Amino acid sequence: MPEPAITVPDSSAVEPQVPKKQAGPVFRLARGPVRWADERIGVANLLRPYFRKVFPDHWSFLLGEIALYSFIVLLLSGVFLCIWFKPSMAEVEYEGSYQLLRGLHMSEAYASTLALSFDIRGGLLLRQMHHWAAMLFVAAMLVHSLRIFFTGAFRKPREINWLIGVGLLVLGIFEGFFGYSLPDDLLSGTGMRFLDGALRATPIIGTWVEFFVFAGQFPGDLIIPRLYFIHILVVPALILGLVAAHLALVFYHKHTQFPGPGRTEDSVVGYPVFPVYAAKAGGFFFIVFGVVTLMGALMQINPVWVFGPYNPAQITAGSQPDWYMGFAEGAIRIMPGPGWEWHIGSTTWSWNIFLPLALPMTLLFGGMALYPFIEAWVTGDRSEHHLLDRPRNNPTRTGLGVAAMTAYAMLWLGGGNDLIATQLDVSLNAVTYFLRVAVFVAPVLAFLLTKRVCIGLQRSDHDRLLHGAETGVIERDLTGRYNERHRPISVGEQYALTQQAEQDALVPVGGDGDGEYSDRQIRLENLRRRATRFYFIDTLRKPSRGELEEAAAHHQHAVGHGAGHEIGVGEGDGHGEGHAAIPGTESEHLAP
Amino acid sequence: MSEDTGASPIFAHDDHHGGELTRADEARYPVPDPGHPEHLPRLTDVDPRAADRATRQIAFFFGMVPILAIGFAVVYFAVPGDWFFDFGPLRANARNLGLGLTFGLSLLFIGIGAVQWARTLMTDEEMVDLRHGATSKPEDQQWMLTELDKVVDETKLTRRKIIGRSLLGALGFVFVPMLVGLADLGPWPTKKKRAETIEKTVWAEGVRLVNDVTFAPIKPEDIEIGQLINGEPETLKDLEGTAFQVEKAKAAIILVRMNPNTIKIPDSRRDWQVGGILCYSKICTHVGCPISLWEQQTHHLLCPCHQSTFDLGNSGVVVFGPAARSLPQLPITTDAEGYLVARSGFTVPVEPSYFDRDSRQDFEEGDN
Repeated sequence: MPEPAITVPDSSAVEPQVPKKQAGPVFRLARGPVRWADERIGVANLLRPYFRKVFPDHWSFLLGEIALYSFIVLLLSGVFLCIWFKPSMAEVEYEGSYQLLRGLHMSEAYASTLALSFDIRGGLLLRQMHHWAAMLFVAAMLVHSLRIFFTGAFRKPREINWLIGVGLLVLGIFEGFFGYSLPDDLLSGTGMRFLDGALRATPIIGTWVEFFVFAGQFPGDLIIPRLYFIHILVVPALILGLVAAHLALVFYHKHTQFPGPGRTEDSVVGYPVFPVYAAKAGGFFFIVFGVVTLMGALMQINPVWVFGPYNPAQITAGSQPDWYMGFAEGAIRIMPGPGWEWHIGSTTWSWNIFLPLALPMTLLFGGMALYPFIEAWVTGDRSEHHLLDRPRNNPTRTGLGVAAMTAYAMLWLGGGNDLIATQLDVSLNAVTYFLRVAVFVAPVLAFLLTKRVCIGLQRSDHDRLLHGAETGVIERDLTGRYNERHRPISVGEQYALTQQAEQDALVPVGGDGDGEYSDRQIRLENLRRRATRFYFIDTLRKPSRGELEEAAAHHQHAVGHGAGHEIGVGEGDGHGEGHAAIPGTESEHLAP
Repeated sequence: MSEDTGASPIFAHDDHHGGELTRADEARYPVPDPGHPEHLPRLTDVDPRAADRATRQIAFFFGMVPILAIGFAVVYFAVPGDWFFDFGPLRANARNLGLGLTFGLSLLFIGIGAVQWARTLMTDEEMVDLRHGATSKPEDQQWMLTELDKVVDETKLTRRKIIGRSLLGALGFVFVPMLVGLADLGPWPTKKKRAETIEKTVWAEGVRLVNDVTFAPIKPEDIEIGQLINGEPETLKDLEGTAFQVEKAKAAIILVRMNPNTIKIPDSRRDWQVGGILCYSKICTHVGCPISLWEQQTHHLLCPCHQSTFDLGNSGVVVFGPAARSLPQLPITTDAEGYLVARSGFTVPVEPSYFDRDSRQDFEEGDN
């Protein structure tokens, strides 16, 4: 607190008087209704913990907001579409205003989608907004989940919220698939054909699943009404419920924050809900809504009138699902067929279809769901975490995340193997053969590379802590050597760079203990210890207080002599594991 | 890298490496918290002219919204649906563009105004809230456990276990009606049902092969070597509505004519073709897309969905991609008037594999 410039001596003559604040017009307007509401529902009690609740600010915290707001846009635009869409597969003759399809026989679903696109003013805009918002919804959820993953925000106490998030992601993907299947155009009908083929390939119950979902043979006349009620009622209700729980838990746990001066595990630093956060978040809702609307105005999407009505005997080349289905599509495409179908007796086991559908989904979503518990088991860490990790400070976790992203990307590329082949003028077969290998090899390479990059970044943090920031000023000293001048970093930055919790790699214990633990317990513990080695053996340890003080003293000294640090003497390598002083670098620094 | 020596107790919870990670440990948190940094005023906090300018910007954004909203109404009622703007290679429907731009910008301007207001004028001092762990206070936790114990006692469940067990059973079985109630989701695919639905097509002996668009019957001399024709059974046109779609989805065929001397025709299929004209199911054996990307030189047929490739010059075996089964071939001949007709229906079920499918009769590489 700054000292007041002039102090008034205490005396009875000069009573300290705070002028009474005049109530402004906005406050006077609001005061009445607030009192009225409080006397009936006790709003003061309700709002007290939340009115000035603090939310930390960081650009990456907006990703989840984009998902939330695009979901609201989906609800609003979806209600509008429901007013005119007819979820019926009854055959009608088209008599609307789109000349090229007049007289054609089609389902009512497709005809009403055409009506929405051509005859209802604003219908096309809302259709395109709805589709763009769906793409954005899933994309924002996916990127948001990556942010949570790489910063370790899924750790205790937020595991349940992470699981809710995984559930939302799965629901969002299927909700999108059901949604774009509804118009019954040639593309979406092909998607239904795919669903039919995929369902009946399920071992043992496949035929039953197909008959139960389609009410008999494909396509039947019930699949669109069924998908419709699931799309507009069942899944949105589930998503809405889970979103409410997700937000309630964010409120209860209070938002995580990145480490920085004044930010600790016991505090949360940021702007209050009212007014700043509400204005920013509320404003951001309008920005997302506005951008989705502009996308609907300026960027065409799913022009169903170009595809034509569904005809089970027709297809167009280059048929693609929406982007979030791309990884499943890719897995299906790059799977080799011959040899992967068993014919046992009078049964057919279509592993060539079932495996590429079931495995990536199970591994992706199952892996996401289990990961927090696996990591907690490995670290044995039972404390709460509210400060976020910087991704570099857990190189193995970051590496695993990037490996998963890489596997996903390979499958996703597989979903467009035909387009890669035609656009880049390469062999379709070669692309497919490449991806069959890459989907297994690329993640391993990505893991190793990412881990190295993370450790490199840790070393750079280490350098900043001990030697300061590079200034770009090159100096030549009296002996003719060139040095770069370094400037010490702020204490705030030093603090932020040393906030990661350090985990140790543990050595497995001996086989025969004193009988206190059973063999099974020891085996399990040794498995865990080996896992800690996998996780933490390469992680760089941050400097100790002694090292920091020594470095600061050295810096003072060096500045006093007008010398900086040598360049080109393997600076980065000097501070590896154990932080040993390597002759030629450290010792020369320390020499007077 | 420091490593555990194995001297400490081996389990995580009583291991100093695991358990509570405390931030008071100076060895691992070498820099003391310098505290919340001093708040720096923004330009708008110290320069009234900057603040006035920000106010004008915000009011401009909010002020544009009514204009844009009225613009939306004007476009809605005044612009006909068949006006188009051409921007070089791009073409935009004027009404969609007008409605979207007015509505989108009005939303965007509300958002930009609000964010600008928060950024420039609202008090921007960060506040600090204390966190409390997710766990309840120890006394509350104790209370909960005590009460739980009491409640369990009050139910007498501990002594009369049969109540708890029978209740669990009851709750488990109450789902039975809910599940049984779903048994009519669709017909049951019994052997008989399968035989008359997914294992049967409208193809039968003597059914003419017709063009799938014009429904004109086809004579062998209409097809040149290398040509592919999409076909359907003539009897399909008697159907309509759902039945039409269902049968069309199964019965679609492709006819190709190849030089009989350059393709492999197994002895068993010698009389399934008419002078090098072969007929196959058009429905991919993978997941059911209609296939028609025809590579004339190699006799390969490529599915546009997942790129399964079938060799039509070799009884439709799979040569590439995710399909596992040959494309079913339809035996054909000519009728008295010289039109192509089916000798019989398909000898194996068409469409993708399903669990109860007997796949022993399908053609495999090496069969004769």
